[in-house]
Amino acid sequence: MTQKPDDFVDAHERWQAEYAAGIGNDQPRVNRSGIPVKPLYTPDDWDDSRYMTDLGYPGDLPATRGIYATMHRGRPWSQRQLVGLDTPAAYNARMRGLMDAGATALSMIPCNSVYRGFDVDEVDPVLLGTCGTTINTVDDMTTCLDGIPIERVSIGLNDPLPFTLLALLTATAKRRNVPLSAISGTSNQSDYLSHFIANHMFFRLALPGSRRVFVDHVAFARDRLPKWNPVSVVGQHMQQAGATPAEAMAFTLSSAIQYAEDCIARGLDPDEFLPRFTFFFDISISFFEEVAKFRAGRRIWARLTRERFKAKDPRAWRFKFHAQTSGVDLTRQQPLNNVARVAIQAMAGILGGLQSLHTDAYDEVLSTPTEEAARIAVATQNVLREEAHLADVIDPLGGSYYIETLTNEMEEKILAVMAKVEEAGGMFRAASAGLVQQMIGESAVAFQEKVEQGAETIVGVNAYKVEEDARHRPVLKRPDTAEIDGQVARLKAFKKDRSGRAVAAALDGLARAAEDERLNVFAAVVEAADAGATHGEICARLRREVGFGEPLVVA
Amino acid sequence: MTAAFDRPPKVLVTKIGLDGHDRGSRIVASFLRDAGMEVVYTPPWQPVPAVVKLAIEEDVDVIGISSLATDHLLVPKLMDALAAADASDIAVVVGGIVPDDDEAALKKAGVAAVFHPGSAKENIVSTVTALAAKARAQRAAT
Repeated sequence: MTQKPDDFVDAHERWQAEYAAGIGNDQPRVNRSGIPVKPLYTPDDWDDSRYMTDLGYPGDLPATRGIYATMHRGRPWSQRQLVGLDTPAAYNARMRGLMDAGATALSMIPCNSVYRGFDVDEVDPVLLGTCGTTINTVDDMTTCLDGIPIERVSIGLNDPLPFTLLALLTATAKRRNVPLSAISGTSNQSDYLSHFIANHMFFRLALPGSRRVFVDHVAFARDRLPKWNPVSVVGQHMQQAGATPAEAMAFTLSSAIQYAEDCIARGLDPDEFLPRFTFFFDISISFFEEVAKFRAGRRIWARLTRERFKAKDPRAWRFKFHAQTSGVDLTRQQPLNNVARVAIQAMAGILGGLQSLHTDAYDEVLSTPTEEAARIAVATQNVLREEAHLADVIDPLGGSYYIETLTNEMEEKILAVMAKVEEAGGMFRAASAGLVQQMIGESAVAFQEKVEQGAETIVGVNAYKVEEDARHRPVLKRPDTAEIDGQVARLKAFKKDRSGRAVAAALDGLARAAEDERLNVFAAVVEAADAGATHGEICARLRREVGFGEPLVVA
Repeated sequence: MTAAFDRPPKVLVTKIGLDGHDRGSRIVASFLRDAGMEVVYTPPWQPVPAVVKLAIEEDVDVIGISSLATDHLLVPKLMDALAAADASDIAVVVGGIVPDDDEAALKKAGVAAVFHPGSAKENIVSTVTALAAKARAQRAAT
């Protein structure tokens, strides 16, 4: 820090005295990550003498200000709304509507039955299509994407391993004569460690088998899907489960280290696979903390990739991330207040330099989002970009005494948590042992205690309560039972029409690949999907070979 | 704990169906334990018959079902299964994302209470305590 002139020192002392006299009983304030927050930040905390070491220029190291020289001014963030409900035909209709409303990339959320590895004929029909789309076959995938130019639109698949949706997508591309080299998008849910730790919904193969399929999928993408991002390391589940913003960033980076090391052990080159790593985070309403979290994470990743993995290609240093506004911050009480919350969360992510954004619908705390609420969520992004002009200036909070100090402090916190994971032998071991789950559980309970005690205000929940009526509670239309019955019937017909022999051979091939380390398991998944095997059949066969993933419940 | 209990209320906190989001169930389990109750906690995805079996084996007073993603739609089946097992004295409560229409249906099926996001800990603890007392009294009377 440079020497401050006398008038600065005098003025600072004058302010301090006046502040102390005026504030009375000043309660210490601490952010969600446990960092004390001062009432004022000045060049005593951070100043321009550190500009080149702390910030530099966007697209250049240390990457704090952004991963591209042009950032949102060159290319606004993608509006990637998660959509999934009902049957493939209903999904297709809603997706087309959202694209008309301004969505520029599509995402696909399958039904929970799909997440659990089942086909529609294997679960209680009352649960089908209530939270995601029932996609089991190449026919289903083709219906979902009807009329959508898959050679041009980036597709985010909520597709945990063994990545059956991606396999079905390749089969659809083949039907439509679209070369695989043209398919772009992301395997949004490839981070099996985060599923094992925090979002058990997705966890459907035992850990060692998961590790193998994951790396095979990265290798397959390298060879056959050059525009596909096979790895999305997900902090979102862990923050939603209760990790503080600093913990969530730390665990995510620790997972990324684990995945990178596993890829290297397989003989893959960091300069080849790291450029296709992406990240996916939660954005809470703790505004400045979130901005600092993203800036700190970007800086750590740029350093890690160079120093630890010796990546030489600048694309390998880029911390590309998608973010979703936090559902946990939304309230059932006075639900329209959530529109304000989502806008603030989205702003934090945008000012933090995200590449892609999902804004939550205000009613997701009431039910699976309704169509109108989903449209408002898209409109919120349009307003922020084109009315509030948030995309005009790169890293507009950069240089703020507070933001720079906080970014440095968040970085320290994040590195401290990463060191704990490292000490436990890395993320795979730390998760297997339940260490991470325990830390997240403790943070979740600690936060809830603050809410119960009123130390953390939630408008409408523990403060500013009003008499409620149900007027603003939108009513969700659940899937028509006839539609769901139709879906089950279509699956039956699909199975009848296909070549049973080809399916059996492909599933046997899958089993062989699972046993033989020299073969690529994911390539066998792709072949099985192409031969007409269903999602449930592929998952069942792999489970038989590598075991089912039971969550480690730490409670 | 009130004098009505010779041993603390016993609660099974679990998730049925397909979803695995367990922040809510973990926090509630921790609150109930802090309040002195005995909590039996399971991983998610429990089949309905497994919940009934466990509740009877463990002799719980209350079953708490956590639902984020529509799994509460299976709760009426749980109520039927409890009745069929002659275990209707066990109170069932549901917590999570439960739309208004569904809440009415759950109540009609015999669910004793539904806790929405933002429910205060005190409210959850006192409701569960009262339901446990009632369940015990009912069992003692038969």
